Amino acid sequence: MESTAQVLERPHATEEHHGHAHPQLSFLEKYVFSLDHKVIGIQFMFSSLFFLLVGGWLALLVRWQLGFPGQAIPWYLAGFLVPESIASASVIQPNTYNTLFTMHATFMVFFAIMPMMIGLFGNFLIPLQIGARDMAFPVLNMLSFWLSVPAGLLMLASFFVEGGPASAGWTSYAPLSAVADFTGVGVGQNLWGISLLVLGVSSIMGAINYITTIINMRAPGMTMFRMPLPTWAIFITAILLLLAIPVLSAAIGLLLMDRTLHTSFFIPAGLTVTGNPLAGHTGGGQPLLWQHLFWFFGHPEVYIMILPAMGITSEILAVFARKPIFGYRAMIFSISAIAFLGWIVWGHHMFQSGMNPVLGTTFMISTMVIAVPSAIKVFNWLGTLWGGQIQFTVPMLNALAFVSMFTIGGLSGIFMASTPVDSFIHDTYFIVGHIHYVLFGGSLFAGFAGITFWFPKMFGRMMNPTIGKIHFWLTFIFFNCTFFPMHILGIAGHMRRIFDPNEYPHLAHLQPINTFITVSALLLGFTQLIFIANLFISLRTGKRAGNNPWRSNTLEWTVPSPTGHGNFEVVPTVYHGPYEYSSPMTDEDFLPQDQPVDPERMKLAQGMGHH
Amino acid sequence: MINRIRAYSIAIAGFLLGSAGTALAQGSKVVARYHRYWLPDQATAIAGKVDDMFNLILWITSVVFVLVAVVLVYFLIRYRARPGGKAIFYHGNTRLEIIWTVIPALIVIALGFLSKDLWSQIKQQFPAENDALVIDVRPRQFQWDIRYAGADGKFNTPDDITTINQLHVPAGKNVLIKLTAQDVIHSFFVPEFRVKQDAVPGMVTKTWFNVPKPGHFEIACAELCGLGHYRMRGYLTVDTQADFDAWYSKQQSEKAAQLAPPPVAPAAPTGGSTTDSALIPPKGDTATHGTVTGDSAGAKKTDTATGK
Ligand SMILES: [Cu+2]
Ligand SMILES: [Cu+2]
Repeated sequence: MESTAQVLERPHATEEHHGHAHPQLSFLEKYVFSLDHKVIGIQFMFSSLFFLLVGGWLALLVRWQLGFPGQAIPWYLAGFLVPESIASASVIQPNTYNTLFTMHATFMVFFAIMPMMIGLFGNFLIPLQIGARDMAFPVLNMLSFWLSVPAGLLMLASFFVEGGPASAGWTSYAPLSAVADFTGVGVGQNLWGISLLVLGVSSIMGAINYITTIINMRAPGMTMFRMPLPTWAIFITAILLLLAIPVLSAAIGLLLMDRTLHTSFFIPAGLTVTGNPLAGHTGGGQPLLWQHLFWFFGHPEVYIMILPAMGITSEILAVFARKPIFGYRAMIFSISAIAFLGWIVWGHHMFQSGMNPVLGTTFMISTMVIAVPSAIKVFNWLGTLWGGQIQFTVPMLNALAFVSMFTIGGLSGIFMASTPVDSFIHDTYFIVGHIHYVLFGGSLFAGFAGITFWFPKMFGRMMNPTIGKIHFWLTFIFFNCTFFPMHILGIAGHMRRIFDPNEYPHLAHLQPINTFITVSALLLGFTQLIFIANLFISLRTGKRAGNNPWRSNTLEWTVPSPTGHGNFEVVPTVYHGPYEYSSPMTDEDFLPQDQPVDPERMKLAQGMGHH
Repeated sequence: MINRIRAYSIAIAGFLLGSAGTALAQGSKVVARYHRYWLPDQATAIAGKVDDMFNLILWITSVVFVLVAVVLVYFLIRYRARPGGKAIFYHGNTRLEIIWTVIPALIVIALGFLSKDLWSQIKQQFPAENDALVIDVRPRQFQWDIRYAGADGKFNTPDDITTINQLHVPAGKNVLIKLTAQDVIHSFFVPEFRVKQDAVPGMVTKTWFNVPKPGHFEIACAELCGLGHYRMRGYLTVDTQADFDAWYSKQQSEKAAQLAPPPVAPAAPTGGSTTDSALIPPKGDTATHGTVTGDSAGAKKTDTATGK
């Protein structure tokens, strides 16, 4: 291990003292337009939790219609908040239904999961974990958050415009999304595009900042291969963001031009609207172009939402197994492999689209191959648990849920990677089940794990572990009751995105499953209020945390909780990798990265544990 | 003690979950026989092959999941924290990494190659047109416009037989469906065939089937196409050849009756793209090929890039 060589020589930069004194900051500067990466991270946390609730509420309305078709929205789902334009007499209408699932996915993907995985953890962790005082570009960082706010407001505003919000699915397939007459949604779909353009700028600002900070601002001794895995994962994720978001933005730009300037990028000639020729477009465009552009962004996007979760899980498993992460470098190489392969699999979303079937075969093989690095990660997590001293804390329970649920989500992906099987299950509930095992079972469980794990560092107090465990177990049970049966629905041929499955005799007998899913989803949804409550209760009443409540190695735990502006009194020097738990070089079962090892003891320990 | 209880409850939860995979493979089949919470009937030979592939993947993934779950739960119990216990100090094992990289890689690549032939049977090896009943299906919001060539065997001529949402085919014969959408993307899906094919405006996509036995099926639109998407349903009737012929000649004579009194001039100008080749890019080196959309045959001529 590289730690050996570095121990004896003391790097030079350690003595550089924290130079600039901080003048008193006003409330606005400190909590609103803050330049402090930690405050910005926490801002992203609250905005992502807000949109998680909004997106969750929309999901429950979707489920209400499927579980109890045609019945009035009950009081506990706040039917009174649903505008009359989309639910007359509190009964969900077909166009409302399309709006609901479109906006559910849009909020969850762009305004809940991404800001949580990247905005929260990226901002909060990167400087602390690499021993930097802040991000490379603090102002850009602040702008990144404050651009995401108008983006969110624009998206919310679309609920109040004529025609309602976008209803062409979060994937916005053209020409459905490209011509207002096809959906009856005018301004709403434009706002959808504009909002995501603004959000894209915010994401790119964040990504540039993360990459620059990680490359340039690591503390002395913090080599790339001593970086904690969450930082590694977010580093790779930022590269994906930087390359993927511009493609989405370009596609949305073309879509908006088709909608407003009557160009025909995605519109072929000779279309009709309810039997009459479509006026105003000359045609010559290609509907599949949208799909290629969208999924060229969209598949890396899936990894943008899951890689940080993998990093968080790795960190937490090592800490609470009290063991070095198994295969640290294998973890990094597999993340990199996923990131690379992630660019050449997008066609698996288009097997049935009319894309050349030969291309389908090619994308099938690359998609099959991308399962391998994910499998490597699962095996390494198991290896980390082997021989450990496993502590079942709330973050650990959630991280373990990530491992098991992500395994299911990964394995169910193999079904749709197989082109002939996809021919059947494509656009069915099997896919809906799969994606939720990845994004809820994966990303969101890791989000819960990460928030409960770093909450003490953010606020100086512990989150209540009893409430945390209640939340975890209820979520774990209701999650599986909600999403597992969706696979069964899909296997029975249940299409996704249909307002009323009872239209189809071949689906009518599945109603009991749909009702069961809806009841589970309601319980799952309301369980999340426990988490929110725990967060706010613990802010005031949580046990004082101290610097290092989890006895963890990484640099963020060497500074006070909460950490002041500037993070480190003295920029730390790093002596070894982040996961030296239960090392024979110390009497404790952990060895902070900034703690040198007695050279004599090191000699004695040589050969032990190193391979 | 509390640790032990906790560990066992985790074990039980994990075990239940772990068994879910295998239970799914076996139990569901039994249950399905009575409650039909499983794959729909197989109406074509292709459907059987797709199900075989599905079941193969189900077995492999179930075994993998059960192995992972059992190991996970065992580790959680065996290596739970004990007072005074010390975790081993171990950073990994290159040999293991290689093993658990190579084995999954071989499995998934094998699955890819196993899927390849079936995929090509579904989407590439279409029956020859002279050996198949060719039907032109043009979905639009929210119905299936269906067109048979009629007496002259040519499409987009006055004697074409057109129906809405009613697709009739003979049993035991190859049927080749040519799809092109009139407005937005739709998807032709018959669950009992296990086959789905998007219908895209501006290009022609094809799907084929051969149903050995007569029966009634539903055509579902599987791609979100607007507010009536959920009710965009067609009916597929597979008849014996005799019944189909009877139905077909009845349609023909009705059509002839319609056409008989004042002969309606075909709206289409004569030319390359308005004959039966209108829907298919002509073979050979014809410079332009067109798609006729809508019922105003020949009115619109567009370049198609079919991606085929
Ligand atoms: Cu993908
Ligand atoms: Cu449709």
